[in-house]
Amino acid sequence: MNAIVNIGKIFKFNGGVHPPENKTLSTQRPIAKLSLPESLVLPLRQHVGNIPKVKVNVGDHVLKGQLLAEAEGMVSAAIHAPTSGTITEIADAIIPHPSGLPDHCITLQPDGLDTWIAHEGVDWRNAERRLLVNSLRLSGIVGLGGATFPTHVKLRPDGKSGVHTLVINAAECEPYITCDDMLMRERAAEIVQGIAIAQHFLGATKVMIGIEDNKPEAIVAMQHAVANTTMQVVVVPTLYPSGDARRLVHLLLGEEIPHNKRATEMGIQVFNVATVLALHRYFDFGEPCLQRIVSMTGNVNQPQNFEVLFGTPLSHLIQAAGGAKADTTHYIMGGPMMGFNLPNTNVPITKAANCIIAATPHLFAPPPPAMPCIRCARCADVCPVSLQPQELYWFAKSDNFEKAREYNLFDCIECGACSYVCPSNIPLVQYYRYAKSEIIASDKAKEAADLARERNEARLARIEREKLERAQKHAERAQAAKAESNKEVGAEQQATPDNDAKKAAIAAAIERAKAQKLSNADHEAKPDVPAKTSPSIESEAVANADEAKKAAIAAAIARAKAQKAAALATGEAPKNVEFTSKAVQQEVADIEARRQAVGLVPAEQASSVQTDKQAAIAAAIAREKAQKAAAELAKLAESSDKKE
Amino acid sequence: MIRSPYISDAPSVSTIMLKVLLALVPAIAVYVWMYGGGILVTLTLATLTAVMTEALMLKLRARPIKPFVTDYSAVITAWLLALAIPPLTPWWLIVVGTAFSIIVAKQLYGGLGYNPFNPAMVGYAVLLISFPVLMTKWPAALQLAQTPLSFADQFHFIMVGQLPQGVLMDAVTSATPLDYLKTQLKLNQEISHIQSAPLFGVLSGKGSEYVAVAYLLGGLYLWQQKIISWHLPSAFLGVLALFSAVFWLADANHFASPIFHLFSGASMLCAFFIITDPVSGPTTPRGKLYFAGGVAIITYLIRVYGGYPDGVAFAVIFMNICVPLIDAYTQPRVFGHEK
Repeated sequence: MNAIVNIGKIFKFNGGVHPPENKTLSTQRPIAKLSLPESLVLPLRQHVGNIPKVKVNVGDHVLKGQLLAEAEGMVSAAIHAPTSGTITEIADAIIPHPSGLPDHCITLQPDGLDTWIAHEGVDWRNAERRLLVNSLRLSGIVGLGGATFPTHVKLRPDGKSGVHTLVINAAECEPYITCDDMLMRERAAEIVQGIAIAQHFLGATKVMIGIEDNKPEAIVAMQHAVANTTMQVVVVPTLYPSGDARRLVHLLLGEEIPHNKRATEMGIQVFNVATVLALHRYFDFGEPCLQRIVSMTGNVNQPQNFEVLFGTPLSHLIQAAGGAKADTTHYIMGGPMMGFNLPNTNVPITKAANCIIAATPHLFAPPPPAMPCIRCARCADVCPVSLQPQELYWFAKSDNFEKAREYNLFDCIECGACSYVCPSNIPLVQYYRYAKSEIIASDKAKEAADLARERNEARLARIEREKLERAQKHAERAQAAKAESNKEVGAEQQATPDNDAKKAAIAAAIERAKAQKLSNADHEAKPDVPAKTSPSIESEAVANADEAKKAAIAAAIARAKAQKAAALATGEAPKNVEFTSKAVQQEVADIEARRQAVGLVPAEQASSVQTDKQAAIAAAIAREKAQKAAAELAKLAESSDKKE
Repeated sequence: MIRSPYISDAPSVSTIMLKVLLALVPAIAVYVWMYGGGILVTLTLATLTAVMTEALMLKLRARPIKPFVTDYSAVITAWLLALAIPPLTPWWLIVVGTAFSIIVAKQLYGGLGYNPFNPAMVGYAVLLISFPVLMTKWPAALQLAQTPLSFADQFHFIMVGQLPQGVLMDAVTSATPLDYLKTQLKLNQEISHIQSAPLFGVLSGKGSEYVAVAYLLGGLYLWQQKIISWHLPSAFLGVLALFSAVFWLADANHFASPIFHLFSGASMLCAFFIITDPVSGPTTPRGKLYFAGGVAIITYLIRVYGGYPDGVAFAVIFMNICVPLIDAYTQPRVFGHEK
């Protein structure tokens, strides 16, 4: 190492472990391009979020880079054809996932020509940022560090990201994995191009590239590449899990991202080196995300990093690495600390596949039987989140999930450091995963029950509202009639005060009889009577002075009712929300609550006990909705954060 | 299925326990040198009793015997108890104590990892309360004894209960420094005068002070090996020193010096081997400080004001009760959380 490799101010996090690195295994050879396999199987779900919508049919001939499936919804990523060829199947196939379950896949038979679809870069420095970020939706780029969170979701199109610091995650702290290391050694200049794009989009003023000090060649290459920029290469001590986004941000900036916030809320954005390189390929050359670097290491004859097209079967990759040694028992995707067993060697390489390790019991001995926890707290000593793993284990084991949550189970990043140092060989992380899934399941069940209750409440509110609306309509009609008849009556009374009295009396008698009949017919709608009385009858009726007085009173009542109904209508109008989205409901509820708070609504409502009660119910519903929405937001923030 | 992490780097429970036993060996050697080989007899009896009762209880509880017997935790309990009680006692005393420790204080609570109390201290407390006379018959250091006993004599006494002809019990036993100090203070003697008695050495008691130093060295080895953290011993010895210093500075004629308290009785054994039992102790760093500090204060109070010459066992048992409370209130700040 030379003078330019200096460790600046580093802010240590609690604990951490230093497992044997085993990285030199796969750094002896340069990155090689893997040949075309016989067929490519592209899982639709290679990222965090919604499954994308398939845009091709079986039998279609597609070109390299052609869109096969487009992002569906906000959090989703597109899938492209990694090479030219024919779509032979769209069906379920086994994917590289811990569950070992099949999922939707597109099978592509390459034609061997590798013909590109028309593509070109854009002048991103001068193009409108909004359009560029929107176009990122079509790129299929996701976090290539392994988290596979769609990248376009992390860049706000309005350019008002508020991000001041861009952190490039090049720590690569897990043993065996060297794909980022090799990428930096060989393509530092391209990475820096990509960082410039990300920096441009985010408007970040500061860029820090965090690299662990066990990658001297990569550090030198990156320092060379950033020479004429304001970007800063920061060397961090080799300590697992420094590559965890929150840990890295703390190492570099000394800032702890609050557990309930995302890095972006603190003005910090984290990208992996491979991800920014993909940004460079997309914006400068128009190439969507079709391939990645994969470390094929462990018990193979020639461990090496390969540039692999997505969908390439694992067996093809193993073959390229000189084949697996005879005693290989299984394959691990990811590193030995957080990876998982692959179900077989036919599974395709996906966007998440940073490393494949051929495993033998010799390399990864099966753990001895677990002993009871002796509370030695070694796990707590190494926990990078400063949790108390021994307490969480105790709670998870006894299904005491509330307590586990209280002890911040959901802050656990499942890095495995606790299990790594456990003298009793307790599979601690498995207990935490179990407890988390149980809690999430029970939360979901509770949410479903809440939703059902809410729906019922909304239905009751709707029925009530419709009743009031009917009353209002009637009242309006009554008022209109009253106004008309008042005019007539006034005119008649002025013209012939006495002559028509007799006639009016007769008419009144008729009207009374009619009214009686009406009220008999529809007496559940008593308040409706004045409205149902047609204007013609009324005009006849109110000639009589007494009757006029009565009518005036009735009209006054109707007016009051109409006012009340109107007031209610304005207050209640937003209740027509059961088919709108949660966000809209929330907004409506908020507005309603605010209006009530400032006294915009209640002046008239307050006069009526019944409306008071309704308002109280509405307020309660609004409160509950607000709470739930807040909880949901927090959850969303958390889940997206984890994936950084 | 996710099985990660696939790798681990941890000493096994057995390795940890064996290192603790190894750390006790220097103290045992010094013990033999100062007091004769009788302690080896009680250690052997205790070990056999512990392993047999552990195996028996595991069998009754239908638990696998081999992994739990070979974790050596029962042996540690046996050794700690044997080192805590007088070495010249009838064989059945250590057998009863060890059996109680293993059967009641450990296995009835669920075995390794589940005992809320330090098993050796429970066994000690039971013996002290049940057989107070036997438990205070400490042998004099060989250099002080009127008639030093050979190993064969000691073995014979432990197994049969008979001293060699013509040797009286008083000739081979003596008060411990803590005991002597306490009784003499009651007789209104001053410390300076009391400590001029022949049984006092440089640090505390002749003979016993060397054993204490050996415990200290063994403890430092455990700390160096990362078997124990610095928190417990430092807090225990620190608070004990601080507490005794305050009294000593106030009235040196009636309160012994901090050095004396640190090297007397079971102080060093407690600091490095007893309160460091992870199972019955707290797990948080701050909790360890409170726990050890509490043991130190109670130990000192029992020594100075209580009815027993030493108070380690009761102090430890009392603080064991407080462990869940201590742990609950000393949770460290989680990353990204407010205090």
